[in-house]
Amino acid sequence: MADDAIRCDACPVLCYIKPGRTGSCDRYGNHDGKLVRLDPHVVLDRTVERGESAVPFLERSHDWDGTLVSHGETFVTAIGAGTTYPDYKPAPFIISSQVEGVDMVTVVTEGIFSYCGVKVKIDTDRHLGAECSAVRSQGQAIGHVATSEYGSQMLSLGGVRHLTGGSRHEGTATCDALLNLCNGKAVELEIEDGAKVTVQAGKAPVVDGLQEERMRVGCGSATIGMFAKQWFGKVDEVVVVDDHITGVLSEHQAGKLLGIPETGIKMKGRRSTPGRYFQVAKPGTSWGGTDLEDPLEILGKFNVKKAWAGLRLLMVSTTGEHHAYFELDENLKPREKGLPDALQESVERIRENCEPALCTVMFMGGAGGSLRAGVTENPVKLTHSVRDALTRVTCGGAPVYVWPGGGITFMVDVARMPQNAFGYVPTPALVAPIEFTLKLADYGALGGYVENVRPLSSIAREDETRRRLRAREDNPWPLESGVKDKG
Amino acid sequence: MNPRAQMRMLPDGRRLHLHDGPMDLIVEAFGAAEQIEAAYHAACNRFVHVLDELCGELSLLRRVCTSESEWPEGSVARRMMSAVMPYACQCFITPMAAVAGAVAEEILGTMVKTANLSRAYVNDGGDIALHFGVGERFVIGMLGRPGVPSLFGMTTLTAEDAVRGIATSGWRGRSFSLGIADAVTVLGDRAAAADAAATIIGNAVDLPGHPAIMRIPACELAPDSDLGNIPVTQAVGELSARDVDEALENGVTLATKLLRMSLIRAAALHLHGQTKTVSSMPESKLMEHERGLVHA
Repeated sequence: MADDAIRCDACPVLCYIKPGRTGSCDRYGNHDGKLVRLDPHVVLDRTVERGESAVPFLERSHDWDGTLVSHGETFVTAIGAGTTYPDYKPAPFIISSQVEGVDMVTVVTEGIFSYCGVKVKIDTDRHLGAECSAVRSQGQAIGHVATSEYGSQMLSLGGVRHLTGGSRHEGTATCDALLNLCNGKAVELEIEDGAKVTVQAGKAPVVDGLQEERMRVGCGSATIGMFAKQWFGKVDEVVVVDDHITGVLSEHQAGKLLGIPETGIKMKGRRSTPGRYFQVAKPGTSWGGTDLEDPLEILGKFNVKKAWAGLRLLMVSTTGEHHAYFELDENLKPREKGLPDALQESVERIRENCEPALCTVMFMGGAGGSLRAGVTENPVKLTHSVRDALTRVTCGGAPVYVWPGGGITFMVDVARMPQNAFGYVPTPALVAPIEFTLKLADYGALGGYVENVRPLSSIAREDETRRRLRAREDNPWPLESGVKDKG
Repeated sequence: MNPRAQMRMLPDGRRLHLHDGPMDLIVEAFGAAEQIEAAYHAACNRFVHVLDELCGELSLLRRVCTSESEWPEGSVARRMMSAVMPYACQCFITPMAAVAGAVAEEILGTMVKTANLSRAYVNDGGDIALHFGVGERFVIGMLGRPGVPSLFGMTTLTAEDAVRGIATSGWRGRSFSLGIADAVTVLGDRAAAADAAATIIGNAVDLPGHPAIMRIPACELAPDSDLGNIPVTQAVGELSARDVDEALENGVTLATKLLRMSLIRAAALHLHGQTKTVSSMPESKLMEHERGLVHA
């Protein structure tokens, strides 16, 4: 095989690509012996945001005399801008535009992030795996289970140790998973001694083949508190099954206040406070995040002195997804019956009060020395400038949260970025866009490459390598009023 | 699950966009909302497997097709093979000549099997599979050159026509061509068959040995091309009106032959602004709109 061709591994076609040519997809090409993604450089366009119809840029270009450009209505993102790593050279694009009479500079580069990963929040009550368990993709450990949050499970994926600290396979699998998650694609994850979960930013999680629909309305005990009044008079006993805290109406404070009589119910599990039980079953992916297929398994025998034949019992999960209605027979055994209409409503109400379950993916990375050196000859000054809120950092035009403390370690919600904003290099490491916006005067003061600054008009023209996108309405405009927070 | 594949609704909320490796499909179904949804789900579930299946047999699919060729296993690959088989003893062809049409056909077939749709199409980069309910119709526009939005022809297809596939081939497209046609659009009974026919008619629109045509062996451009060292068209310089006519006539001769063999229903050949058509369909089809454009 010709030795100057390179093998593209972006898909199983595995094209051999000669220098200067692209693979069969026209998306990846051989650029001087390196595999590069040829997706066009993205330019965010703010005018469309304000209700004008989204027509192709070219059709409108006659009316465009550059005026809007000089008003800071166009923001050049770093997506597809390229990078100068590892050379300590000025970033590929340093652009000036006038905003409210002040010359603003945006330094645009694509950063190569070895120190990066994603934090994933999965809205589910189902037990995905124990804290610290390994999370695998393509059979490789790519991260771990982090804390449980209210109605959600956090995962921490990627990080430099998985990317470059382990085997080649581990690094590649990690890079793959991070890239897909950041680009909004679905990724299947397997948790050690736990569930298989399909995660996609902005979409409902799929746990062991079942799509999660709702977040729980509250824990079992909270659910009793919220709905006690609606159940009062329509049913004698309610058990809200929850892996965390299972609630029992007649014993719960809320039931007591309503004067609901004792029912002689006997719960398994460990009683916390009246009407609240821990560990009624094992964690799982069924009723309220337990492993229960039959909810009656968590009940002992009813107390013959207190219970009565005909006692009406509702068992329901914290999302309303599972429910069953029973009446006690002469032997005080629960017999399942159809759910009465009067209770149907309360089950529906639980469901209605649950928010849609989603996966959210936050990219987290640190802007290292060479990336900062592309912005200024004096990298630490950039850090100080970001810290002093003189410089705004954005990621593909999306707002970021910069961690307090040293360095520029930031987090961004990938769902707020343009599609396919991320790339990778075979190191393996992720390539993410990053833009630094500051006043021209400040840029000069921190040792910026002022001689490399070029006007926006020089690159704002649409061509085959540059794509104009509509800015997202829910993102603050990157060039807006210096760097102050909109609150 | 295949993590590469992108599957999303386009911003119009009606069309489904499927992308994986070199495949890029636009899908649209018409009918009751729940039927459309079922069809799109089925399309996605099938689509995620297609590229891996094809790549599993890629070396076989890149080999020249003869009557003794081994048959592939995958359903898309078999569609490709049966589409190119009629040409196997006449010219150099590999199953890859029908890959886009075969993928379109497969996805459309899955949708139609799953859901009750009044109409549907799957457009795989210009190679289109069509489904018509009773009495339904599609209006089809033809582009002179890839990426240049100017129509050189329009036609209306109805459920009564036998046409269920449309394919376009040309040297400016993403695949290599041995000929110089800017575009050859073929209407056929199936998308994969139309794809194969468009490829070989496109190859036939040619002026062998003409000095204005630059050709380079395919393997020098893409080392793993199924065309090996066969020269493929990379540039076409000035051609006289007579050259253009002769090249198109070469294509028309072959297209007419395929028409008689019922391998295609109609073809429109386009080169340097000139169009020639052959058709076994009622006059009102391809030709009418051609005239319409002339009068316009």
